[in-house]
Amino acid sequence: MSGTSRSRTKTREEPAPRERGLGGGGVLFTVIEEDGKVAKGRDPNLPEEECLRLYRAMLMTRVMEDRALNLQRQGRIGFYVPCRGQEASHIGTAYALEDRDWIFPAYRQPGILILRGAPMQQIVDEWYGNEGDIGKGRQMPVHYTFRSIRFVSISSPIGTQLTHAVGAGMAARYRGEDTAFLTYCGDGGTSENDFHCSLNFAGVYKAPVVFVVENNQWAISVPLERQTASETMAIKAEAYGIPGVRVDGNDILAVYQVAKEAVDRARRGEGPTLIETLTYRVGPHSSSDDPSRYREQAEVDSWVERDPIERFRAYLKRKKIWTQALEEELREACRKEINEAVEAAEGKRPPAASTMFEDVFRERTPQLDEQLADLEAMGDREAKQIGEFPL
Amino acid sequence: MTTMTLLQAINDGLRTEMKNDDRVLVFGEDVGRNGGVFRATEGLQEEFGEERCFDTPLSECGIIGTAIGMAVYGLRPVPEIQFLDFIYPAFDQIVSEAAKMRYRSGGEYTCPMVVRSPYGGGIRGGHYHSQSAEAYFCHTPGLKVVIPSTPADAKGLLISSIRDEDPVLFLEPKRIYRTMKGEVPDGEHVVPLGKGRIVREGRDCTVVAWGAMIETCLKAAEAMEAEGRTIEIVDPRTLVPLDEELILESVKKTGRLVVVHEAPRTGGFGGEIAALAAEKAIAWLEGPVRRVTGFDTPFPYTLEGLYMPDPNRVVRGIQQTFDW
Repeated sequence: MSGTSRSRTKTREEPAPRERGLGGGGVLFTVIEEDGKVAKGRDPNLPEEECLRLYRAMLMTRVMEDRALNLQRQGRIGFYVPCRGQEASHIGTAYALEDRDWIFPAYRQPGILILRGAPMQQIVDEWYGNEGDIGKGRQMPVHYTFRSIRFVSISSPIGTQLTHAVGAGMAARYRGEDTAFLTYCGDGGTSENDFHCSLNFAGVYKAPVVFVVENNQWAISVPLERQTASETMAIKAEAYGIPGVRVDGNDILAVYQVAKEAVDRARRGEGPTLIETLTYRVGPHSSSDDPSRYREQAEVDSWVERDPIERFRAYLKRKKIWTQALEEELREACRKEINEAVEAAEGKRPPAASTMFEDVFRERTPQLDEQLADLEAMGDREAKQIGEFPL
Repeated sequence: MTTMTLLQAINDGLRTEMKNDDRVLVFGEDVGRNGGVFRATEGLQEEFGEERCFDTPLSECGIIGTAIGMAVYGLRPVPEIQFLDFIYPAFDQIVSEAAKMRYRSGGEYTCPMVVRSPYGGGIRGGHYHSQSAEAYFCHTPGLKVVIPSTPADAKGLLISSIRDEDPVLFLEPKRIYRTMKGEVPDGEHVVPLGKGRIVREGRDCTVVAWGAMIETCLKAAEAMEAEGRTIEIVDPRTLVPLDEELILESVKKTGRLVVVHEAPRTGGFGGEIAALAAEKAIAWLEGPVRRVTGFDTPFPYTLEGLYMPDPNRVVRGIQQTFDW
């Protein structure tokens, strides 16, 4: 592949983002200050409707999460993975993409679905694993697939998607396309083998990939200091010969600008970038997790005060884009959309038993035919909601 | 038709599909400039350029992970794992990602790729250049497992695997890479996946084997001929999907079954074939099903000749289906 040329020079064609003050090493790039003011010269001055699009995506993600956790507590859905406090980190990075760009997600970036316009009904059907679920009820909730918005199927193993993004990026370059690829992992993900080999391959082949490490400081119960002895996640990039930048992950305008620069670099064929978004997992790892077993509430509270939605709202207020009436209108619209989707999802049936045997391969093998016939010979075998959602 | 070694036939298969389909990319450790440590990819970089046949960093996980990304994006990657013994860093990628991509995405994303890897003993390779790990992969829904035993099949099955819409693990019996020669059709040559072949017809006992064990079984069959017994040898060619019909038909004809593989016995794929006969041909069996396999030990270096099934052990296995 191109990029492997032995004559590849070590000097960068242009200064890396961090050399221009966009974070990196110990420097944290921030735009919106606590009271909604903007650091001098750093306001991207997005048009009002774009600001509202971002705000709505963050708000919808939060409202959706509250509803989903509620449904989970009531035993109506089996599981949910909250992203409270991390809305800016993933929505802001994904906002830097164009529609033709691809996302290889982890499992804590639901706001990307909202931002890119995945239908709410299909999102909610996935929680229920019903006949409307694109994934045909085959995975736990929140393991979405949305080809329509170039959002690749989520799996549970940590970090496996990172190398996929690199391979897809190599494929796009081979085809002469300028598509960019965005992929995510958490601080825990950086300890995986896949993290190393994806950055290594991306560096060697100059793959058009933006790696986002959402450093939320906890991998279930394991704190950041048990994950790495590196000063930051961003500096890990240096060893792979690629730029690494560190950004305030609760500041959507900072996140967006850093990501935009990285996406543009990728599109220009200048190779990958590693972005560390410094944020915090305010909620539990999942609906099954109890963080009071391993961390202090005071620490959580200090991050609740740095809420990314409130931060952006302060900015919008200062810009006279936000009003209380608008807030209420938006929230009501979000709630209505979700509630309608939940109601419809609960009226749907489970996928037909025969779907269990589909998509193993493009065509069923004789063995699968026989096993399906065996199941059908048992008579009415419609899936019952057995099990207690023990997760 | 051209006479080729099994290795040349694989090279020819790759070349044929690279010419035929510019989505086909070939890569791995040492496959580019060096043409592969066994030379399976020799000349491909010269002919198709570094864009289509290239060396990778030394990382099985990276090779397979990037191949999956390429396949999801619409290419037809054919990555090489230098020895099957080294595939384990990529195990997660193969079983959790490649094999499940179509299923977990409800068919929205697919992963058509062929992982080629030399496998098996008899080359003085010790633990880490000799093992037969096919059973691990046969136990993974969503993954096809293909093993050729002749040059013509190597080419035809490889082309079919590359054209297949699902991920395939293509295992190459390296002991017979250069010793096995045969006529190979020029240009297009396709052998469908899921169809086995009768290597040798016989009436008295069915022997199911694959890869380099076919040769061993042929020698055993010749020895049995001297005792007045004719042995039928069945090569399934693909373990997943398995041509059950062909095996059952043969077992029903001969009334006896021996399964031969290099891999360790416990949990080996031979057990699956024995179970097939027990479930679907018990009324035709006239003696116990026997397995002639590697032992349940790690693969030894000095004693590999004792570890691997040889014609004598296969003969003994066949005899035990008569004398019990």
